[in-house]
Amino acid sequence: MALRPVTFTLNGMAKAAFAEDGQNLLDFLRRGVGDLSPKFGCGQGGCGACTVLVDGAPVLSCLMLAEAVQGASVETASGLAGASLHPLQEAFMDRFAAQCGYCTPGMLMAAKALLDRNPRPTRDEVIEAISGNICRCTGYEPIIAAILDVSTGRVRA
Amino acid sequence: MAVTVETHTTLAEAARALALGGVYMGGGTGVMHGINEGTLQGRVIRATDPALRAIRATGEGVSLGAGVTMAQVLATPDLAFLHPAARAVGGPQVRVMGTVGGNLFAPHPYGDFAAALLALGARAVMAAGSHRALEDLLRDRDRPGLVAALEVPRPRELRAFGFAKVQRVKPRGVSVLSIAAHLPREGGRLRGVRVAYGAMAPAPIRAASVERVLEGATLDAATIARAVAVAAEGITPPTDPVATGWYRAQVVGVHLRRLLERMV
Repeated sequence: MALRPVTFTLNGMAKAAFAEDGQNLLDFLRRGVGDLSPKFGCGQGGCGACTVLVDGAPVLSCLMLAEAVQGASVETASGLAGASLHPLQEAFMDRFAAQCGYCTPGMLMAAKALLDRNPRPTRDEVIEAISGNICRCTGYEPIIAAILDVSTGRVRA
Repeated sequence: MAVTVETHTTLAEAARALALGGVYMGGGTGVMHGINEGTLQGRVIRATDPALRAIRATGEGVSLGAGVTMAQVLATPDLAFLHPAARAVGGPQVRVMGTVGGNLFAPHPYGDFAAALLALGARAVMAAGSHRALEDLLRDRDRPGLVAALEVPRPRELRAFGFAKVQRVKPRGVSVLSIAAHLPREGGRLRGVRVAYGAMAPAPIRAASVERVLEGATLDAATIARAVAVAAEGITPPTDPVATGWYRAQVVGVHLRRLLERMV
């Protein structure tokens, strides 16, 4: 199987790794680069658990070719926290917005994409922004509340 | 057999490669899961030609590169008439990835955006330079060649174009059906009517019986009632986990009525 070199930045750090022919970005990040934060859910683009940001836009890493991020900036949930947790992570904890936690990395990245673009979203805009992410535990309300907490400044880093 | 991905920097190269066999990958939302599941083997062709992402105004419409994404459409105020159809596609992530060209080849029950393009009378510009009417392309999707761009006529006025998607799950669900209607008016009468359905056939189709009723008529309650009466005429919708064909045929008239009443 042919291997292709891919150079990109992952959470601000320069990375270079080999992608297999036809390998998706999710598998590349997890097996090739060792970032286990994006999750494999459906592998069909239906659940959003694999959501990462590519050049600031949310994408389904299971449906993106690894080689397509050549030269791009990739952000994952593992890059959210610095010296302290990201405000979204704090808010998710405060609001009990994670139960099993499997959807959480994808939810966080979908929420980050929204707030980076629109720091003061309405509730409807929050719902729309996470409409590509499935959570089978929380019923969504705690997640929506957590994102709104960050947007209204109730939770700060 | 394994998957071999070929990335070409120009459309012409990609078209030549595709002519030798293989599958074209646009945004990946339609092709990548086949690779993931191992059901797609062999050559996968893709292109990074910037022309694929170009949006430009033409004489009476707009040209969309086949690689223009739904998110790009939504970020372009000049394409406001296409926003309801682009917003109907997937969630935010799918809209960032999914392309207008790819939507033409989305399997049932997907392809809501293609239904809108069909109602507007869009034409496909092939990589070789020829043009194909969308209804021809949608009838024969197996070996279409490489679509380079879509030429989309602009509705003469915003209210002349309507789009509705019917889904069971809010805010984001798969189509029970979608309806797109282009109803230009001349002297109070409808002229050049085009109505298209998504998810009512294996690929988006025109609602010929509805168009015959509307053409030349005034859009009033009586006309709408006559159009609704033939909404499912000549159509045998597919059955899938979202809805049975019987259900689709039963409710299409209800949703056609609602859309047409909005457009009066």
